[in-house]
Order: sequence, then structure tokens, then C-alpha cells
Amino acid sequence: MFAYVVRRAFQGALVLFVVAFVAFSMFRFVGDPLEAMMSREATELDRVAARERLGLDDPVPVQFVRFVGNAVRGDFGTSYRNGVPVADMIAQRLPATLELALVSAIFATVLGIALGVYTAIRRDGWLANFIMSASLIGVSLPTFLIGVLLIWIFAVELGWLPSFGRGETGNLLGWDSSLVTVSGLKSLVLPAITLGLYQMTLVMRLVRAEMLEVLRTDYIRFARARGLSNRAINFGHALKNTLVPVITIIGLQVGQITAFAIITETVFQWPGVGLLFINAVQFVDIPVMAAYLLLVGALFVVINLVVDVLYAVVDPRLRVERATGH
Amino acid sequence: MAGDADSHAAGRAPGRAVSARATDDGEPLLSVSDLVVEIPTRHGTLRPVDRVSFTIRAGEILGVVGESGAGKSITGAAIIGLLDRPAHIAGGSVTLSGLRIDQLSERELRRVRGGRIGTVFQDPSTSLNPLKTIGDQLAETALAHLPITRHQARERALQSLVDVGIPAAAERLDAWPHQFSGGMRQRVVIALALIGEPELVIADEPTTALDVSVQAQVLTLLRRLCTERGVGVMLVTHDMGVIAETTDRVAVLYAGRVAEIGPTQRVLTDAAHPYTRGLMGSTPDTSPSRDIGDRLVQIPGAMPGLANIPTGCAFHPRCPSAMSICEQREPHTTELSDSAVRCWLHEDYP
Amino acid sequence: MVAAVVFFGLVLAALFAPLIAPHTPFDPATLNLMDGFTAPMDPALGSGSVYWMGTDDQGRDVFSTILYGLRLSLLIGLAAVLFAAVLGVTLGLIAGYAGGWVDALIMRIADIQLTFPSILVALLIFGVARGLTPPELRDQMAVWVLILSIGLSEWVQFARTVRSSALVESKKDYVQAARLIGRRPIAILFRHLLPNVLGPVLVIGTIYLALAIITEATLSFLGVGAPPTSPSLGTLISIGQDYLFSGEWWILLFPSLTLLALALSVNLLGDWLRDVLNPKLR
Repeated sequence: MFAYVVRRAFQGALVLFVVAFVAFSMFRFVGDPLEAMMSREATELDRVAARERLGLDDPVPVQFVRFVGNAVRGDFGTSYRNGVPVADMIAQRLPATLELALVSAIFATVLGIALGVYTAIRRDGWLANFIMSASLIGVSLPTFLIGVLLIWIFAVELGWLPSFGRGETGNLLGWDSSLVTVSGLKSLVLPAITLGLYQMTLVMRLVRAEMLEVLRTDYIRFARARGLSNRAINFGHALKNTLVPVITIIGLQVGQITAFAIITETVFQWPGVGLLFINAVQFVDIPVMAAYLLLVGALFVVINLVVDVLYAVVDPRLRVERATGH
Repeated sequence: MAGDADSHAAGRAPGRAVSARATDDGEPLLSVSDLVVEIPTRHGTLRPVDRVSFTIRAGEILGVVGESGAGKSITGAAIIGLLDRPAHIAGGSVTLSGLRIDQLSERELRRVRGGRIGTVFQDPSTSLNPLKTIGDQLAETALAHLPITRHQARERALQSLVDVGIPAAAERLDAWPHQFSGGMRQRVVIALALIGEPELVIADEPTTALDVSVQAQVLTLLRRLCTERGVGVMLVTHDMGVIAETTDRVAVLYAGRVAEIGPTQRVLTDAAHPYTRGLMGSTPDTSPSRDIGDRLVQIPGAMPGLANIPTGCAFHPRCPSAMSICEQREPHTTELSDSAVRCWLHEDYP
Repeated sequence: MVAAVVFFGLVLAALFAPLIAPHTPFDPATLNLMDGFTAPMDPALGSGSVYWMGTDDQGRDVFSTILYGLRLSLLIGLAAVLFAAVLGVTLGLIAGYAGGWVDALIMRIADIQLTFPSILVALLIFGVARGLTPPELRDQMAVWVLILSIGLSEWVQFARTVRSSALVESKKDYVQAARLIGRRPIAILFRHLLPNVLGPVLVIGTIYLALAIITEATLSFLGVGAPPTSPSLGTLISIGQDYLFSGEWWILLFPSLTLLALALSVNLLGDWLRDVLNPKLR
């Protein structure tokens, strides 16, 4: 098991390295860092001094190492647009994104599994078929469209929920949270649904397919032959076996959600890092883009690693195989 | 309904239930009478089980033998109501200790399965849920059928492992299925079949997937446990060797019909039906040293598929003794002392 | 089969947009500002003409803008997928044929890229490409940059599929023979590979076409895609969102429905194609 983890960690580190290199390349070579930071009246001498100071003439590998070193210490440079350290900008907006991502992930997972199990157990029922047809539409709907339509129906026409922003935030465990205020919670609903809907559809279809497969196996047949109740079979046996492969997908989802958060935040003007990134792309604010890339890359690598380990823990067969050094 | 055995005159209506020779017990444990299973398909209705009848007494092991596709497994599945849709029971009856079980509701059937009829499937590596300990799987089965507590269920689970001969049972109770060898796993499956304290066990090819060296052990175990507890066994197999070693009586199935049924020794040495004779090879040989390993080889041709069953007696195209009537009409069941055979050769016909 | 009809209907509409469109929404000379914000089927304030789907803030006929937008969306989507397919198939072929470190390298890149959602990749490439183009040209280059970035985010599946076929085929005798004769085996490989690989490539293509269309719409909606001067469906929806609160719902609804119809029909078509091409699957 240990060897397995080490191997996975190494692969992850490789990915991270590549991502860091790409981020660095963007940071250093796209546009002119000097141009963005110098004022117009800067003399040639000032420029040379600045180059010296920023180490822009050092060999590339040295710059790369410096870049990574800075990043690890939390220094991502300064935004081209407003001169504020990128790290500060990110830190300020991260909680909003994290909250949104968490809430929608829970929504997508819980509802996805529940619906998946239901449509598998009652596969011939009309409700199950209806849900499956609806899910096809769900897959074809782009996230932003869901968001916009939801805003139209619930915010404009019905006026029940706010159409943008985060509402008031309160203090939860030391940071600003929308979960503790009523207006905050209300603001969270539509964005969370928007962000989570696509994922929920995926989870639902996957769980259903897996469960149908499991229900066809010999051991389920044997369980029936032993006279176990439907409840025991569906939930005591089938569900457990179904969830094992589903766990990996759920892990990868967190990564997907992070990406789609960009869209959702734009639709709802949710003040998170996604919106930050979009603005950076619009204004070609390279340091912010590079920083976002690096953080997201690190996130994905860590998630993948955690999921791999989790998989090995949950499936006892894998444990034994790994232990024998397979 | 099966009654006491008398000698019946030949010419009875086809498919009449054959009762084994009456013993002191009286009623047989399981009575299958004119069982019919049909599968509607696009090309017409198939009958994998066509008026099959037999009985099993308590403590008796009945072998059900035939080639692949003869309907043996489906008969077993039908008895416990586990037919895969769209197959369904289309006629006949199944009676367990006097109670008809072929028309029970799903809920009542669940009590029968495991609680009154245990099952052993062919492949032990796929019969057990890989993500549950065998202790759990045993305990849950016990709990489903016996009025006991969780704690007691666990004790019973442990005891059942000991009964089937698993060494170091206490440690193995919380082991995972993949940590057992094939033979051990099948012992666990047998334990699972018996833990609900059933009256009957249906074993469908229980040793086919096992190593030859292990087969004998498992069969001996099954036989011992069942005779000790007075549990009847329906042992489905295509292996004549297994039949010879383990069963008291044997029913020979061909194309969904019972060709012959009777005490194993008699059927093996002096088969009445030409098909059974073909299965044994042509030399009657009762010496223990005889190698019954070669089975099913000497009959030319192949058993017909369900969609192509010949008219009259299904075996007639391959039968060395076929007569003209064999092609025209299905033979009646003739009962001879302690057995029965469906063949015109044994029937006085007008 | 409704899907096929809808899809082809949309394609035709897009193709013949200039002929069908009752107005030319992008020629400022024909616009009448007073016609702005007219509801569907209401007579306009300025010219009195009736617009089927209403007009937007500048008096542009929504129906016409949708037709042109549809055209752009389809164009970018198809071009992107084609680009991705060509790139992917080529790289897959090279990887499968060359083996060794070339193969390992290409596959590593593929794996790394695959850990990221394609929209993120597309956004990133777009951002970089944008950074590299001078500001004046950005609007004009938008379409090309879009095709490039979406295409680059989608090549991986094509490459993987072709690579596995190529790996198998390149071991076969006729390839060795070609090498001996001195002809370029890769060309031969390609010719023999093509019929085998066409089916799966087509299936992947339809899946990715749907994805490309949605990605493009998303990018445009986010403001980093087709600009408002030559908007795609995504851009139109973004504009529509702005006018939701003031009640001009039609500016949002019709482009949305069109996009939905497009995405759905492509998806359904893809499903159907998948079933037809692979009878083994259910």
C-alpha cells in the first residue's frame, strides 16, 4: 500500500511540475512584466535597475526556481491591473468560492446518489424514466444557461431569491461565511444549484449504471436465494458495491466544480476566485492567471492523490494486492 | 399431489407424479408435480421445463443429471421462485412439506428461501459479496430466518464455519471472501445454505468450478451434513461421477423432460431409458474400480435446442431403439416398482 | 429522429442566414434606434415593422441576430472539433507508430491535460493567446483564438483512440514490408488505419462537437469569446441577462432556446450515431 501511495504521489508531483512550468512561462514570457509595472516616465536606467532587481536577466531555470520558491511562500507577484499583491486578492476571495463549491458538491453528491439508487431500483417506473429523460437535458444545458434561467424564474419573475452577489456574511469560525445569515443562505441557493446540477446528473447516471450492474451479479442472486429482504439487498449489499467506483468520480468532481465555479460566479457575480480569474483573462492580468493556474493545479493533484488512497482503503482487495507488492 | 406409492398400471396420463417407495415417514419433503416453465420470446414460447415431476424425502439426496440446457438449473430456480424474467412457471405445482410454494407472494417466498430451502450455486468466487466479511454474510442470513439476537447470530456463524470444516474458524470469521481458496469458499457457501436451518438444499453444480482434488471433500461434506440433519438435497449436475458417489436416487433430464428416475445404483447399472444407457456407456459395470469419468460421450448428435424440440419423444432422433410411435407421440410415464421411465419401450401400447 | 431534423434544420438556417434573415442586424445603417426594445410581434415605435422575436437595445432584430449567432456558433464549434480531430489523430498516429519516448511524451502530456476540465484549458489558452495578440486585433482575432483554444482542449481523446489502433497495426507485416521497400510506412499505416478508426473518431467527434458548442457559448457568455460586434449565441445570452430585470425577456429567451435546441440535438444525434456504429453497446 505504501509503495502505491508513493508512486501516485510521484506522478502527482510530475504533473505539478509541468503546471508550475506552464504558469511560470506565462508569468514571465507573455506580455512584458516590465511594461506593466513601470510608469511611463521611467528612464532606461530605471529599467535596467528594475530588471536587475526582479532578476529578469538571470538564466531561466534560476528564475523558475525563484518563481516556485516564491509561490510556495505565498508570493505570487503583483496584479498588473491594480498593483495589489495577487496573494492578497486570492486570499480575500477564496472563502467565497470554497463555500460555494462545498455546498454544491454536497448537493450534487447526496441528490445524485439518492436519485441514482432510486432510478436503478425502480427502473421501470414512470418517475424513474422521467428523471432519466430530464437528465439528458441536464447534460445538454450549459452551466451558464442554467444559471441565467434560474435567475429569470426565481429572481426576476418570482422574486424569491436574489439574483447576484453574496448577501450579508457573518463570522463562522473566523472567516466570512454566507451560511450564517439568512440573506447569505438565500444568495447561496441558486448558485449552488447551478454549479451542482451538471455534476448531480453525472453522479446520478453513474450510480444508476453501477447499481444496475451490481444487481445483476451472482452474489446478489445468492443473497436473494438466501431470502434476504429487499432492503438488506439494495442497501446492505448492492449500495456498498456500487459506491466503490463512484467514490473516484466524486473525488474528481471537486476538480470539475472548481472549474465550473468560474462560470457560476460570473453569472451570479459571486465574489470568488473564479470571477477574479475571468476578470484577469479579460484584462490580460497575467500574474493572477498564473497564480490561479498554479493553485488549481495543486488542488487537482492533491484531490487525485486523496481519491487514489481512498480507493485503496475502501476496497479490501486492493489492500491485499498492494501489500503483496503487486 | 403425491400420495403413497403403489404400483400403477402402465398407461397413466403422462407426467403423473412419481412417488418414491413409501417409508415410515410418509409424505415426501419436496414434491414437484408436472412443473412447466415457459419463456415467451419473439420466436415463440420456449419450454425449458416440460412437465417435470419428482419427489425428495427428508435426508435423501436426489441427483438431477443431464446435459447443459436440459433444464436442470431452471428447475431449481423455479422451485425457489428465482426465475429471471420473462421466464415463469406456467403449470404444475411445487409442494414443500405439504405447503404449495409455487404460488406464494414474494414476501412469503423470501421466508422460504434460505429459511426452508437453502441454495448452493456453482461458482464460489462470485457467490460471495467481496466487500462483506463472511461473518457478516453468515450472520445476516441467520438473522433473516431465525428469531435470535445479533450476538447469537454471530455465534451461529462461528459454529457453522466449524461445522463445514474451516480451520481456525474464530479468526476467519471476519475475513474477506478473497482470502479463502476456492474449496474453502464453497464450504462457506454450504454454511450459508444451511445456517437458516432449511429442510431442503438445492445444490446447482456445486463442485463444477472446483479443483478435482477438492471436489470429493466438498461433496462428502455436503452429504454428511445433510444426512445428519435430515435435510433433503436436490443435487444438480452434469457429472455422472458425482451422481455415482453422492446421490441416493437420480433423475435424468432430457430436453426439459424427465427421461428416467430411480435409485442411483439401479439406474447406473441397469438403465431403463436408452438415453440413460447412452450416458453410462454400453457396458453395465458395477465394479467400484470402474472409471465413471467419461460421461455423455457416446451418443451421436446433440440435445436439441429449446426451439427445435422434435415431435413425440424428444430423444427419438438419436435413439438406437427408436420405433415409429416414438416420433408420433410422447411416451407416458411408466412406473416400475421404485422408479419411473418415460419411454415407449417400457410401455404396453395398443 | 426529431433530433436529426432539428439539427439539420438549424444547420440549414445557419448556412442560409444571410438569405433568411429579414434584417441585417450588423449593418448600422439599417438600424433604427427607435425600434429598440420592441416586444415580439408588437409593431415597433420607430419604423412600425413587426419583429418576430422583438428587438434588442439597439433596434436589432433578435431573430436575425440569432440566425447570425447560430451561424457563428456552429462555425466555431465545427472548426474547433475538426482542428482537434486532425491534431489528435495525427499525434495519436505518431505516438502509436513511433513508440518509445515519443509515445511516452505525447501520452504524458495527454494525461496531464486530461486532469483538467477542458473549459479550464480552453480559458487558459485563450488567455495566453489573447495576451500575445496586440489589443487592436483582439476582436478580429477572437474567432481564430476561440477555434484554437477549444480545439487544443479537445484533441486528447482522438489521440488516445487512434494511438491504440496504431500500436496494434504498426506491428503488422505490411508496415515492416513498407519500411523495407523504402516507402514511408506512416502513410501506409494511415491509409490502412483509417477505415478502422473512422467509426470511433466519428463518435468522439459528435460528443466533442456538443462540448465545443457549449464551450464556445460559455466562453462567449463570459465575455472572453465572440465579441458583441459579431456575437455568437453565448454572447447574445449574456446581453439578454443584462435586460432581464427591465423586462425585455425576449432578448434572453430566444437565444437560450436556440442554444438548448442545438446542444440537445447534437447530443441526441451523437447518442444515435453511437448506437448505430456499435451494435454491441446498448
